[in-house]
Amino acid sequence: MTSYLDDNHGILSWLATRDHKRIAILFLIATAGALLLGGAFALVLRIELLVPGKLFLSAMDYNRMFTHHGVVMVFLFMVPVIPSVFGNFFLPIMLGAPDLAFPRLNLASFYVYVAGAIIVLAAMWFGGIDTGWTFYAPYSTTSPTAVGVATFGVFVVGVSSILTGVNFIATVHTMRARDLGWMRMPLFVWAIYATAIIQVIATPVLGMSLLLVAVDHAWSLGIFDPAMGGDPVLFQHLFWFYSHPAVYIMILPAMGVVSEVVCTFSHNPPASYRAIAVSSLGIAFVGFLTWGHHMFVAGMSTFDVGAFGFLSMFTAIFSAIKVFTWTATLRHGAVWVTTPLLYFFGFMFLFVFGGMTGVALATSSLDIHWHDTYFVVAHFHFIMVGGTLTMYLAALHYWFPKMFGRMYPRRWSIVAATAVVLGFIFTFTPQFLLGNAGMPRRYWSYPAEYQWLQILSTAGASILAMGLALNFAYLVWALFRGARVERNPWGSRSYEWLAPSPPPLHNFDEPLVIRRGPYDYHLPE
Amino acid sequence: MTAIEPGPAHARARVREADVQFENLAKQAHAVRFGIWLFLASELLLFAGLFALYTAYRTEYPAGFAAGIRHAELAIGTVNTSLLVISSYTAASALRAIRRDARRAALGWLGATLALGTVFLALKGLEYSHHAAEGALPGAYYAFRELPEHGGQLFFTLYYFMTGLHVLHLVAAVLVLAWLTWRVSRRRTTAAYHADLEAGVLYWHLVDCIWIFLYPMFYLLT
Amino acid sequence: MNDWLHRILMLPPQASTVARHIDYLHYAIILITMCGAAGVGALALYYTWRYHAGTGRGGYRGPDPRPFRTTGGKSVFAELGLFGGLFALFVVFWIIGFAQYVRVAEPPPDALTIYVVGKQWMWEFAYPDGSGSNGTLYVPAGRPIQLVMTSRDVIHSFYVPAFRNKRDVIPGRSTTMWFQVDEPGRHRIECAEYCGAGHSTMRGEVVALSVEGYARRIADLQRIRIAGPAPGNPPVVGEESPSPLLSLAAVGQSVAADAGCMRCHTVDGTPHIGPTWAGLYSATIPLQSGARVVADAQYLTKSMMDPAADLHLGFPGVMPSYQGLLTAPQIGAIVEYIRSLRDVSRHAGTQPLPAAVSPPAPIVTPLPGDAPRALPAGDLQRRAPTGLPIYPPPSGPPTEPSHDQLPR
Repeated sequence: MTSYLDDNHGILSWLATRDHKRIAILFLIATAGALLLGGAFALVLRIELLVPGKLFLSAMDYNRMFTHHGVVMVFLFMVPVIPSVFGNFFLPIMLGAPDLAFPRLNLASFYVYVAGAIIVLAAMWFGGIDTGWTFYAPYSTTSPTAVGVATFGVFVVGVSSILTGVNFIATVHTMRARDLGWMRMPLFVWAIYATAIIQVIATPVLGMSLLLVAVDHAWSLGIFDPAMGGDPVLFQHLFWFYSHPAVYIMILPAMGVVSEVVCTFSHNPPASYRAIAVSSLGIAFVGFLTWGHHMFVAGMSTFDVGAFGFLSMFTAIFSAIKVFTWTATLRHGAVWVTTPLLYFFGFMFLFVFGGMTGVALATSSLDIHWHDTYFVVAHFHFIMVGGTLTMYLAALHYWFPKMFGRMYPRRWSIVAATAVVLGFIFTFTPQFLLGNAGMPRRYWSYPAEYQWLQILSTAGASILAMGLALNFAYLVWALFRGARVERNPWGSRSYEWLAPSPPPLHNFDEPLVIRRGPYDYHLPE
Repeated sequence: MTAIEPGPAHARARVREADVQFENLAKQAHAVRFGIWLFLASELLLFAGLFALYTAYRTEYPAGFAAGIRHAELAIGTVNTSLLVISSYTAASALRAIRRDARRAALGWLGATLALGTVFLALKGLEYSHHAAEGALPGAYYAFRELPEHGGQLFFTLYYFMTGLHVLHLVAAVLVLAWLTWRVSRRRTTAAYHADLEAGVLYWHLVDCIWIFLYPMFYLLT
Repeated sequence: MNDWLHRILMLPPQASTVARHIDYLHYAIILITMCGAAGVGALALYYTWRYHAGTGRGGYRGPDPRPFRTTGGKSVFAELGLFGGLFALFVVFWIIGFAQYVRVAEPPPDALTIYVVGKQWMWEFAYPDGSGSNGTLYVPAGRPIQLVMTSRDVIHSFYVPAFRNKRDVIPGRSTTMWFQVDEPGRHRIECAEYCGAGHSTMRGEVVALSVEGYARRIADLQRIRIAGPAPGNPPVVGEESPSPLLSLAAVGQSVAADAGCMRCHTVDGTPHIGPTWAGLYSATIPLQSGARVVADAQYLTKSMMDPAADLHLGFPGVMPSYQGLLTAPQIGAIVEYIRSLRDVSRHAGTQPLPAAVSPPAPIVTPLPGDAPRALPAGDLQRRAPTGLPIYPPPSGPPTEPSHDQLPR
């Protein structure tokens, strides 16, 4: 059968497609664009920070720039990227289904995302936004910049996220192949499933609070403005009630990728399938009870601080369960070191370190000092970049043969992976020290004694940027020139490798009959 | 929901074909039903944030909120509530009719539902114009001095925002139901497959349910 | 050990009574974190080495021939022990951290209360006797200080790294924090909650003085205040009028320093955020509207009240309005000060800065606080603009600090 890539030709066959794989490719292109844009903003920021005062950006332009960086990276890249690209592509295949439950809704989800992204980018182009991606009231509701339009755009992107989540959950519940029980699903499906639950439950609340900001900004309703009786801290509660779980929307799918990569390349079943699957749901659940730890110094009652601090520790435990299970999976395996596995090692170090600094930040007395400093910046970049971005790259390499039927160039990929991981470490380790020294985040100018750390960080960022650029360059090259590969180049047992590479329009030539689990490496394929 | 193209071997269809990704119509109806319930849960959470906001501000300004409620147009609110409750009954009846394959009865019930929804919207508009005339507008435009300053202002801001969002939902529900009425009249939604009508009616019930909460919040709980 | 880790981790000085204890917890957690991350990474690498399947150059080598293993009964106990132990460790962190948090959160009953107002982009302080200062907070060492804080516009956050303490400053609410400084010294204040264009320059200084030095300093602040609320009245220097040195220009200099003008304006021609004051008076300057205007008293006054109206070409419109924050005599004094700088060259930075006009960059130098001051620096007598409940009456009893809303 012809592959989904060759099934139909012409631009319209892509833009009006209902095939989940083509929609995934559309998302891949859109989110890669967002990554490049957000990365460019980050580089501009890092260059401006080379000197304590003004280099080439005024304070106001700097404020716009870090806001744009945050908004693009969080809402246009991190949140949608793994679910909408790899989830979209592989969820139906891993379930042995011909497509998602609602293909038209899936396409609508893409266009809603594009519409939201265009609104957000238009707001940035015409006037910009200078509130930070957290949109704290009352600064956001009184800022003269285009906050209303931008928050509305983010709201629209959120609608897309909800539609995707509904689609995924319905698919997992109703579209599994015959004999594919819950405990036989690949772990990536579990991760996407847990993510989708958060998307459906938490995104509406974020949508609501951002809509309130948008309306408030447009017509000065004063919902969060103390001058009109509003309460600015209430906004923070509403915002973080979503945005804390949103962190797990960003990291859970990455954890799903880790589970697949580590099992495939160690040729071993996960040390405990149940532990990984259940801890995904555990993180999704506990994630809703920890939002208060963003507000330890915002005048919450002492009791609340204690309670939120304690609950936050559970997230760390669930993450620790995953980390140890992955490590133990390597044991007694037949480990094959490939580029995705290199990213896995990067992930293990960065995520564990980043996660442990999360435990440190949840310790309330230490948070007083670190809150809103570069320490927090470094912490969440360790999780978001060190965790999600590295696993996004790992997924891109791991599934590249399946998605496009070609292999990436091995040597170049090792160079790029090294540059990404080392560049990352050089970028963000100095920021931990800056935070320790007491440098608040979102500072355009800073005391001169911090300069050498800032220079180190910028140097690291340039290595990271080169690594990413190299990744994009050879992956685009490999799209057309990479060596053709067979159906299952990694010898994986997971179900997506049962489909041809690249898969045909409805994924399988005949209905998939599941005879073994996705990690049964003791059975012949 | 007609088939896009001849499906693979496992897509079997009898009376009308299921979408290509489903094995049969029963599975498709199941998926649609499941999906719409998820969507409704998501919608509820959209309003949950606002309910939380209302609770917080009501706790902070009990007097202003009570005064605002005493000032509400109770008559219009009550009539509107009964309209929506009746419309839920007519919508459910339409679904029952289509299950009995009584197409004409279903069209009648759907028409009644749409009419009730439209009357609700008209009355709501009347109510808004009353408030606007006396200056009880949201936020910075608030010019109604009879109520305690901050509480009254916030009460009306929330009133406009929450009922306004509900109105948007009702408009969406009316459009969806109008589209479904068209499908029923064209025999696209039939006794054999009516998961779409079921979903539409469920959405209508949700809009009704939300109003059942808004009604005491803005008209009764002094 | 403390010194060494303190330097490696680049922590600021431990200047408050709690700083040292918080740092100990910090050391413990960061060391465990680093060991944990390194340990897990090393274990993964060890397994990779130990169970290596070759370079993979030949690609996939067929199914794993070894029999399928299931996790045995022993490993379940090992897992439970591991995660139980880890959780116990986290709970220990939580207990110690929370105990410290409670200590930092609850001020002792005998604390001296100072009122803080944050606004875009400066800090204002009011002392119990009614005197006030801007940008610089004077506190006595060895005594607990409680800050009762509110904001006039958006959310700010009062942060002193050396005290390991910060607290958000929220409009429409009052928040409190407390600290006790052991030794006299100067420590940087930073705004930690993003608050707009001037966020990164919203810095200040805590100057901890000996008890006598503090009393003297507060008396100074009292003495050098300017009375005369009605506009147009000639500036009247307070009753205990101090030295003959106190010309109106000198008063203006200290008013300008305390109002935070020197954060953006220089007096020696050095380019900075705002136009330099050197040689500004009676110079003809270009405006952003394209017009040109003579910088006379009228223009300068207008620029303080409504800075955006006639913006100097080439400078960002970041200056906040001082409407209602400066009294007419204070404005007069500042204008007089600018006038006294009319003959300074606009282009060079050759003259040393006057002592009272320190640049905004934070200074951590040996303490001058106790030394007799070369120039009498005055602070404004603060008066909250009408309609904004900021302070209790200066002479009244200190109000009970609370986390609740201020009376509306």
